[in-house]
Amino acid sequence: MRYSGFRVIAEALTGHKGWKPVWRDPAPQAEYDYIIVGGGGHGLATAYYLAKEFGQKRIAVIEKGYLGGGNVGRNTTIIRSNYLLDGNEPFYEFSLKLWEGLEQDFNYNAMVSQRGILNLIHSDAQRDAFTRRGNAMILNGADADLLDREQIRAMYPWLNFDDARFPIKGGLAQRRGGTVRHDAVAWGYARGADSRGVDLIQNCEVTGMRIENGKILGVETSRGFIGAKKVGVAVAGSSSRVMAHAGMRLPIESHVLQAFVSEGLKPLIDGVITFGAGHFYVSQSDKGGLVFGGDIDGYNTYAQRGNLPVIEDVAEGGMALMPAIGRARLLRTWGGVMDMSMDGSPFIDKTPVDGLYFNGGWCYGGFKATPASGWCFAHLMAKDAPHKVATAYRLDRFLKGKMIDEKGQGAQPNLH
Amino acid sequence: MIINHPILGPRDSQEFVYLGAAEMMNRPDGMSAGIEEFHEWLYHRDNPAGEHRELWYHEQGDRSWLVVTRNTLTHEISRVELARDVAKAMGRSK
Ligand SMILES: Cc1cc2nc3c(=O)[nH]c(=O)nc-3n(C[C@H](O)[C@H](O)[C@H](O)COP(=O)(O)OP(=O)(O)OC[C@H]3O[C@@H](n4cnc5c(N)ncnc54)[C@H](O)[C@@H]3O)c2cc1C
Repeated sequence: MRYSGFRVIAEALTGHKGWKPVWRDPAPQAEYDYIIVGGGGHGLATAYYLAKEFGQKRIAVIEKGYLGGGNVGRNTTIIRSNYLLDGNEPFYEFSLKLWEGLEQDFNYNAMVSQRGILNLIHSDAQRDAFTRRGNAMILNGADADLLDREQIRAMYPWLNFDDARFPIKGGLAQRRGGTVRHDAVAWGYARGADSRGVDLIQNCEVTGMRIENGKILGVETSRGFIGAKKVGVAVAGSSSRVMAHAGMRLPIESHVLQAFVSEGLKPLIDGVITFGAGHFYVSQSDKGGLVFGGDIDGYNTYAQRGNLPVIEDVAEGGMALMPAIGRARLLRTWGGVMDMSMDGSPFIDKTPVDGLYFNGGWCYGGFKATPASGWCFAHLMAKDAPHKVATAYRLDRFLKGKMIDEKGQGAQPNLH
Repeated sequence: MIINHPILGPRDSQEFVYLGAAEMMNRPDGMSAGIEEFHEWLYHRDNPAGEHRELWYHEQGDRSWLVVTRNTLTHEISRVELARDVAKAMGRSK
């Protein structure tokens, strides 16, 4: 069923009796050409593009819980392409361009809102670094604007411009950045994949991999063995656990990132503001809640909840940047488990096992990557060659000295 | 989280800096190990769900390194040792 304005009116006049479940709930078949492990944004996008762009058939997505119950439904929904390094920027700009056409492409309202993102500057050194970053963005076909203090004052007069430690001196804006309704991204890709024949198999955990003579034969699951010619793993925070079934150790640690929502307020922030120096970022949802967050907790964890010190730290960052936030009540906090890599950049690569592919290491920034990640992973799996914007995301890049370390922190996942 | 420091008693984890897996104490010998071995040591991790031995540095305290055994599913801490004692037990340093 196609969605359209006409359809909404027609259904309204006939008592909304025509809406149907948007995807099937199939039992797993004995064998597929492609199995994608993980029904988050990346896994669903991969299945969608495999079917739609690469003409592949007999595809299944295997999800241990329900579709979209992982990080794709837990993030703070920010999309942007404001990276510095060559290995990253073309990939994220490709992703942003896909976001711009996504809703038409999969005929689903994902509320893609290019409301703009602003990274604040507090020192001359930071201005130099952001100027360089802005230039790198423009060289790669993205948009970037360096703003001065008065331009920012015109946008957000209530920011604390004269904080003693971090006075606001300017900012780097990307006006095509913004937010997207995260659940709708999972649902849109799921519906698009299902309607092209992809089996979306929920409540089915991958518990092992059958590998013989260096080749993948399929996956063991809580619902029995399922054979496959090719298996792609896109399980975000669970990457190390799942790839351990193939005997692999990864350059990844799992960490928790928390997010926060205030009570609903009248319109206050029409874009996204990041206060990197104070470890705080904020936007306002269409329902009115301030959606904000800060740093990861910083220790290995698989618990989808964080601890109080980070909540305190984020609240302090918020108070330093926008003292008015102190009058708002915090409604909810939650956490998601993230696949923090050794250089803060992701992997989309083959593995030493024939027919087994890996997608992960997305850290706290994989939501914006969802369309490009799915597209490039599908490209890799269908053609056995990397997409041109994802050639740097190799698993052996540390051995070769080709890290993509935007922050220059070294092999310390909790600092990226 | 509260870390029960072997010398100082229970301390708030905020006083500590987290480094990562305790297996990093076993750095290969720089004179004999090859690049592959170093690569494995520096970049690859077990990253288990469950019991995890890890290094915490008491920066805002006595500056000691601790080996903390903690469950990554529950955050429960079952054991805290001085990294120094752990290294000695492995036969390192006299
Ligand atoms: C609080 C928070 C805020 C964030 N904010 C942003 C942001 O503003 N912008 C941004 O770009 N990114 C953000 N991120 C990061 C982003 O959400 C993730 O990088 C991205 O969602 C990860 O990809 P995914 O959607 O495929 O992951 P997930 O949705 O986590 O999908 C992985 C799926 O794999 C399944 N799985 C795991 N193990 C198995 C198994 N054994 N068998 C079968 N299935 C399995 C899981 O159940 C899960 O559904 C944020 C993350 C968090 C936690």
